[in-house]
Amino acid sequence: MISRAERVANYVILSAFAAFALFPVVTILGAALGPDDAGPAGQAWGPHLGNFAAAWEAGHFGTYLRSSLAVSSFVVVVSVVLSIMSGYAFGTMRFRGHTVLFYLFMLGIMMPSEAIAVPLYFDLRTLGLIDTFWSVALPQVALSVAFGTFWMRAYFRASSRAIAEAARIDGASTWRTLWQVLVPPARPAIVTLTVLVFMWTWNEFLIPLIMVTSESLRTAPLGLAFFQGQYTSGFTLLAAGSVIVATPVVLFYLFLQRHFVRGLLQGSVRE
Amino acid sequence: MGRPPGEPGRVAYLYLLPAFVVYAVFLLYPIGRAVQISLYDWDGLTLGRWVGLDNYAAILSDERLRAGFGHALVLIVFYAVIPLAIGLTLAAILNHAQVRGLGFFRTVVFLPQVVAMVVVAVAWRRVYAPDGTLNALLGALGLDGLTRGWLGDHTFALPAVGVVGTWFESGLVTVLLLAGMSRVPAELYEAARLDGAGAVREFFAVTLPSVRGEIAVALTLTVIAALRTFDLVYVTTRGGPGESTSVPSFEVYHRAFGLGQVGSAAAIGVTLTVVIFAISFAINRLADKGTT
Repeated sequence: MISRAERVANYVILSAFAAFALFPVVTILGAALGPDDAGPAGQAWGPHLGNFAAAWEAGHFGTYLRSSLAVSSFVVVVSVVLSIMSGYAFGTMRFRGHTVLFYLFMLGIMMPSEAIAVPLYFDLRTLGLIDTFWSVALPQVALSVAFGTFWMRAYFRASSRAIAEAARIDGASTWRTLWQVLVPPARPAIVTLTVLVFMWTWNEFLIPLIMVTSESLRTAPLGLAFFQGQYTSGFTLLAAGSVIVATPVVLFYLFLQRHFVRGLLQGSVRE
Repeated sequence: MGRPPGEPGRVAYLYLLPAFVVYAVFLLYPIGRAVQISLYDWDGLTLGRWVGLDNYAAILSDERLRAGFGHALVLIVFYAVIPLAIGLTLAAILNHAQVRGLGFFRTVVFLPQVVAMVVVAVAWRRVYAPDGTLNALLGALGLDGLTRGWLGDHTFALPAVGVVGTWFESGLVTVLLLAGMSRVPAELYEAARLDGAGAVREFFAVTLPSVRGEIAVALTLTVIAALRTFDLVYVTTRGGPGESTSVPSFEVYHRAFGLGQVGSAAAIGVTLTVVIFAISFAINRLADKGTT
């Protein structure tokens, strides 16, 4: 059905694009695994895994990964639980102000964080809350809850209204209905929401940049940006540090690829 | 409201309350404050001075700010228009031909979406560096005349930043369009072929109209991403050389924390928010009009 020439052309186009897509990835992996360009000459061939240990030491990535992990875990757990509850209310219950409140939440999905980060910084500074765990985590919970509410509402609306109704007639409380009847089958939707919020929080740069001054609170991307500014002798350790920062989310992506793709594509599609 | 007895009503507010409190305190209240601050000339320390809409007027009159929004328009071409062209081509090929390694290809092109932008920026800084991989590649091809420090060049810095956008948005657009195209019934293609349509006419007559919704979504996402470029500029160029890569998001940060012009920063942030809402609304309206 497809001519030979067309097939060859197809492969040429796809390979060219795959090469473009991989070019920076290969650049950074090659540098991270190559001989240290700031080290002594005449190093052995083969992958230099010692670069990662050296970058870990020089860049304090242990500290940064720990604060990233703390912030991400908090934001994921809190915003997923809050989103399940608010999505449940919007998706299965009728109440006054339903539409207005829902649109209010929708505002947050497109809201650029740079618009809110500036006033937040000055208000939190007045309260003495700047440079704390809360100043990094809570604004991100707010941003994630907007999307999470939208996401869980769509799920509960499509698949849980009849079940919620039946559970209610059986006399189950709304609380039990939610956690024991509706949440277990909702696991795929919740996993998607979890990986997305984890990725957004782990990769967030502007909010920690503005809110944090002490080194112990720096998240991984922020630490990497600082490391880049300070460490100027060669590129090897910077590349190794970049790989360290990117790896957690990339690992999740490789194992849960379907969730990432589905979430990023469907999350944006209007109903 | 007529409601069957026993159906939950008021209890709904209790379920909304925790999410709403966090949302109101850390998002709704700050955006209100941003609007308020934007009406003052304020350095963040001393008492502000009421200036009305002057900060907004400055967005039109201040050359640096106007340039910033102009740069954002250039980035839209690189983040949205070019990826859409690439995505349509790649998705059409992948949808049609039985290509080996489709899964691998999809994994690779989608990967940039999940990598922290700071990491992306560090990688591309290396690519563009005077002794970086792009110049090495050009040298190997015998094009030494073209080599330069790409991010330090007044003419090339902005397109260089834009190409990074093309790089990380193209995969998203491709996967999005591919999902749309795979839902087009095969009979439509057969009918077009029976009518004697070639690959190109078939693309414009069958494929393109049926992925209109996906195109709208792709444009919304990528245009917003272009307007919100911050991490990339912060790590690669800090708006330089000169002002050649200053963009609105970076200006918000730069003015609030570098120049002490918090009122102006807030006005840019509010304007950016309004522009983003307006553009996504417009794109979706256009897409809806096309389908009905």
